[in-house]
Amino acid sequence: METLLSLLSQIWASHAVLIITAIKAVLVAVTLLQVVPLMVWLERRGSAVMQKRLGPNRIGPLGLFQGIADGVKALFKEDNPPAHVFKFYYRLAPVVSLIPAYMTFAVIPFASSIAIGEHTISFQVADLNVGFLYIFAIASLGVYGIIMAGWSSNNKYSLLGSLRSSAQMISYELSLGLSVVGLLMIFSSVRLGDIVRQQGELLVQLGPLSIPKWGIFIQPLGFLIFLVSAYAETNRLPFDLPEGESEIVAGYHLEYGSMHFALFMMAEYINMTVAAALTATLFFGGWQMLPGLPALQALLTQNLGLVGTLADLLRVLFELGSFVAKTAFFLWLFVWVRWTLPRFRYDQLMDLGWRVMLPLSLANIFVTGILIYYKVL
Amino acid sequence: MENQKPHGEFGLPPSENYTITVDVPERDHDPDDLWKDSRVFVNIGPTHPAMHGALRMCARLNGETIEKSYCEFGYTHRAKEKLGENRTYHNFIVYTDRLNYCSALINNVTYAMAVERLMGIQVPERAIWIRMICSEMARVIDHLICVGVNALDLGAFSFFLYGFHQREEAYTLIEKLCGARLTTSYTRIGGLMQDAPSGWQKDVKSWVARTREVVREMDQLLTNNRIWCDRTQGVGVFTKEQCMKYSYSGPSARAAGIDRDLRRDQPVMFYRNVEFDIPTGKNGDVFDRYMVRMAEIHQSLNIIAQCADKIQPGPVWSEDKRVRIPDKGVVFNTMEGLIHHFKFFMTGFEVPPGEAYTTFEAANGELGFYIVSKGGPRAHRMRIRGPSVWHYQGLSEMSQGAKIADMVANLGSINIIAGELDR
Repeated sequence: METLLSLLSQIWASHAVLIITAIKAVLVAVTLLQVVPLMVWLERRGSAVMQKRLGPNRIGPLGLFQGIADGVKALFKEDNPPAHVFKFYYRLAPVVSLIPAYMTFAVIPFASSIAIGEHTISFQVADLNVGFLYIFAIASLGVYGIIMAGWSSNNKYSLLGSLRSSAQMISYELSLGLSVVGLLMIFSSVRLGDIVRQQGELLVQLGPLSIPKWGIFIQPLGFLIFLVSAYAETNRLPFDLPEGESEIVAGYHLEYGSMHFALFMMAEYINMTVAAALTATLFFGGWQMLPGLPALQALLTQNLGLVGTLADLLRVLFELGSFVAKTAFFLWLFVWVRWTLPRFRYDQLMDLGWRVMLPLSLANIFVTGILIYYKVL
Repeated sequence: MENQKPHGEFGLPPSENYTITVDVPERDHDPDDLWKDSRVFVNIGPTHPAMHGALRMCARLNGETIEKSYCEFGYTHRAKEKLGENRTYHNFIVYTDRLNYCSALINNVTYAMAVERLMGIQVPERAIWIRMICSEMARVIDHLICVGVNALDLGAFSFFLYGFHQREEAYTLIEKLCGARLTTSYTRIGGLMQDAPSGWQKDVKSWVARTREVVREMDQLLTNNRIWCDRTQGVGVFTKEQCMKYSYSGPSARAAGIDRDLRRDQPVMFYRNVEFDIPTGKNGDVFDRYMVRMAEIHQSLNIIAQCADKIQPGPVWSEDKRVRIPDKGVVFNTMEGLIHHFKFFMTGFEVPPGEAYTTFEAANGELGFYIVSKGGPRAHRMRIRGPSVWHYQGLSEMSQGAKIADMVANLGSINIIAGELDR
């Protein structure tokens, strides 16, 4: 027993960082997995509220376990690929679209760091120095899964869907990337941790109202372009052309069934979560507390008499809550928009991407540059 | 010349229903061009989520643009017109429900009017008022479905369900009349199956008020939406001339500026006694068809409100012994009544020789029943003019050179109902 303990402490001593990172990675992955059934529930109940319906309300309280039931159903369905598909790519495609969706979340910080013993734990799986360049690199991998699915399905509608999606994702990736360049210039860093920390600074004091240096306040146009492009990147209405259920049936996942189809759905929802978290991180201060919360936190710390690590834990809890609240709001926005707007046509989408979004994002960079030169920002 | 071949390039057997009308200009092809004939040929339908019923469009695509297409129908053919020659006049009422199943009541009414004209039967006033309310209610239902599904095909789901909810409310009112919601079979030759329950007018009026609200809400949700305007304005333009060429009628023709509505131009029932406007469009695009339908919903609601005010108590069935089904009390208690009842259902009633064509402004356009009688309880010939047949012929020309997504918008906007199209 003692030897085991000493062995463990030895391992801890030599590999502490590795172990902490592994725990964080597992936690984030598991949490993201839980977001999927929750989002399915939110989507269905949310749309029901908007449309005077009830939505799924049978399984669990308020129908909350509907997602689990759906998952179980998908798992038990026969996996029966049609005879005319290229089996290898057909099976690979859902995995290829799911994994990049997961990987993106690695660099998003969800709370500030905390000191336990001699270790400082940052609440971010990997604080990469390439920051959101990594996000764009990984996010553009997602399109391969869709192209593979469309091509390997050997179906004309699937092919049309994947053609649409590759064109769409490439066009909007451009404006998505360019829309945050202004932010990058202001904060002089691509590390998401740095960006969030700097957003805590005060921008301007308007009487009792203190405006923090959140991305939305210093880059309003960038935020709009980012939001629209994020919708296009995640293939959500009004940009859900790759699926376009009434035009090209279901697009790239037309030939998929059982868990293969469920993997595509999971990829879509995780992509949405990442997009929402990224919007919150870049433009809404990430884990920076919502207005009013710092005072509450100070009050609680004082009244409970918390010191040291415990006080830090309370702070992290508040930051985590703020981050989750912001992300949840943008997730709800995804649902909200989906059930309100009609869909674009393919050529209108391309027009918007190349003729509106791209020039606007370039102009945004230009104006930001001038403002920085004259020390306004 | 590759493109001059009439049917060969689709690699399909020739068909009666080709509607290829515009020739694609011959392109200069490089003789070594490997991609020369690599245009994608797709079947849109008969099982496709955007196809309302089993319709089929064969299209040759260049990218997403439809270069050439033809439409086929007949997948839901049930030989209704032939059935009309093998069933008694009374039996045929239920078949009329299944023509345009979105507005079954209008079909019931129009068919009953055709047989009544043939027999020279006068229908009691109250029955006519109820028939008018039913027709207009069916029109509202049909238009709500049409604009809703059109928007649904373009991705606006909530808009569709708002209308759908109000449609269900209307069906509840219709259920109070005849016990059925979709396939009503409410009219009888010479009258109606039964009288409206007491207080029905009041329910109708409150439904009218609610529906006005909902339609206004729907209008606010979609009409000025930029995406919706971009998707519909200038899309699927069908000019006045084209509409005449294809014999368009109803809202689709009015959207192109053809000011023709049979309710005003050939008034039947009491349409002279109610006030309503005929909305017309200018451009004949998907947006105008949508706007005309939205405006017509309001006009129909006005008509319903006026009818509900003017309706008086009274009989709902002609006293003519030929067509009046004897009351159950008479049937169960008297020998004569029982025989009358038996003869009515087993052999049907005699219709004098002659022919009659009755048209009425149905929700989709001009609906007509042409009946030739040579005496006896069955029609010698029964022909139906379903407006969808004419509208569907134009789809191919309307979608020439458009994107697939536009084709879907076009199809939704002319409201093809497969039951009426194939019969």
